[in-house]
Amino acid sequence: MTQFIFTFLNGLTLAGLYFLVASGLTLIFGLMRVINLAHGAFYLLAGYVSWTIADKTDNWFYGAVAGALTLGVFGTLVYVLLLRKFQYEELRVALITLGVSLVLAQAMLAIFGGDYYQTNSPESVSFSVPIPGLGLSYPFFRIFVLILAIIVAVGLWVFISKTRYGAIIRAGVDDTTMVSALGINVQAVFIWIFFLGSVLVGFAGSVGGTTNSFGMGTDGDYLLFSLQVVIIGGLGSIGGVAIGSFLVGVIGQFATGYYPTFAGIITFAMLILILAFRPQGILGKKQ
Amino acid sequence: MSDLIISGVEAGYGHVRVLHGINLKVSDKPVALMGRNGMGKTTLAQAIMGINATTAGTITYGDVTLTGLTPTKIAQAGIGYVPQGRRVFPSLTVDEHLRILEKRTSKWTAKKVYELFPRLAERKKNGGAMLSGGEQQMLAIGRALMTDPTLLLMDEPSEGLAPAIVEHLGNSLRDLVAQGQRVLLIEQNLKFASTLCDEIVILSNGEIQATVSSKELRASAELQNKYLGVA
Ligand SMILES: Nc1ncnc2c1ncn2[C@@H]1O[C@H](COP(=O)(O)OP(=O)(O)OP(=O)(O)O)[C@@H](O)[C@H]1O
Ligand SMILES: [Mg+2]
Repeated sequence: MTQFIFTFLNGLTLAGLYFLVASGLTLIFGLMRVINLAHGAFYLLAGYVSWTIADKTDNWFYGAVAGALTLGVFGTLVYVLLLRKFQYEELRVALITLGVSLVLAQAMLAIFGGDYYQTNSPESVSFSVPIPGLGLSYPFFRIFVLILAIIVAVGLWVFISKTRYGAIIRAGVDDTTMVSALGINVQAVFIWIFFLGSVLVGFAGSVGGTTNSFGMGTDGDYLLFSLQVVIIGGLGSIGGVAIGSFLVGVIGQFATGYYPTFAGIITFAMLILILAFRPQGILGKKQ
Repeated sequence: MSDLIISGVEAGYGHVRVLHGINLKVSDKPVALMGRNGMGKTTLAQAIMGINATTAGTITYGDVTLTGLTPTKIAQAGIGYVPQGRRVFPSLTVDEHLRILEKRTSKWTAKKVYELFPRLAERKKNGGAMLSGGEQQMLAIGRALMTDPTLLLMDEPSEGLAPAIVEHLGNSLRDLVAQGQRVLLIEQNLKFASTLCDEIVILSNGEIQATVSSKELRASAELQNKYLGVA
């Protein structure tokens, strides 16, 4: 019973982290149809940046802000300089971002070496909360991550479905040419989406680099997790990312906890099963 | 006010040339551009909007050269585009279509569009994909008006609509023209075109074949057959 509850809590808080990582991807991949295969490398880069800044300033929040903003700027530059011209050519975009990802991974290996890092969590949230009735306690920072994910989820949903800018983004996704023929600068809109998506993955890397250790190979893992989440949930849907994160996080944790040898297979079997019945993902629109 | 002047414009798709040197001028009076299917009307509309590149010639609007500009800049220069097939946004409600274009300084507001097309006010919260053809057309026109166009460029607004709706649309547009709205109307429906325009320009095989008055064209079955292939 105790193991069950711990596994569930771990799954749930991991789902919060997956949500943060994948929400950036769903904006970029889901709304703009830009397949950013450097998403995992962005995550890892944010981990290193925030670790470095948190270490230098002794302040976790500075590290998280630095990770988010650095990636926002870096991601936007990658989009403007390398991707924008080929935005509608999926294969080229995939190859370019794969290239960016490989270069980044090598550069990070050269600078930070093969050791694993983990950022210290801020002291104000580094305590444990008792779980009623079990006589056990659970680290509050992990619950804090879940709360952050919920705040980001609600904020994104409100932004996209309720605000004027959100409506412009949806219109741009429906019919880019028509939006520009109405005098709206769609290019600027796309740059903002890329910036926002990159800030989100930067923030996720800062947070995830605190709850989990990171290093060589983390980029590939998180690219895979976020692709799984986005594909299961359905492209471009914030609610879909929430559901996908929940499934991948919780089922992944149970698989790891109870059937460690089959963990990878179990989450992929789930992906295949869901796609067999709903090829567009759980909340995705039919194309 | 600015004139739209199209001179020697050529355009096409890949190696196929569709427009072979178009010359056309639109001033105060509304002009209708007519011609049979596939003659290049939409190609010309999209060339004006910068959606299709031109391979020769120039298009100017007032003192702005439109050739080579992006659709965004061309729309900002004052051309309001109502595309063929309406192209409303399925993910947006009627109200959102108008609100995304609202500016504090604009002459047109969502409220004025709803006064022009009360039907849209009833469907404010409906998604673009849930509207009837007539409602979609009103929305496409309302959306273009929200950009405060000095010239409204409409590509077959009557296409696929029931006669009663076409008449209703014609009346609303006539009011706009009476208030001084400039119009370049692309049409295949002669009756509808003549409610708005006295001057009709015939496009045939990518060239301007003739300019006739709508009265003259309506009176002559022979001319209709020659220019529009209907009689
Ligand atoms: N995207 C495209 N690619 C290639 N050829 C095209 C394309 N669009 C149109 N054409 C061709 O260009 C020619 C002119 O087409 P256009 O759409 O301008 O005609 P139109 O006068 O608007 O016809 P309609 O009355 O049917 O709307 C046609 O022969 C058409 O087949
Ligand atoms: Mg056409």
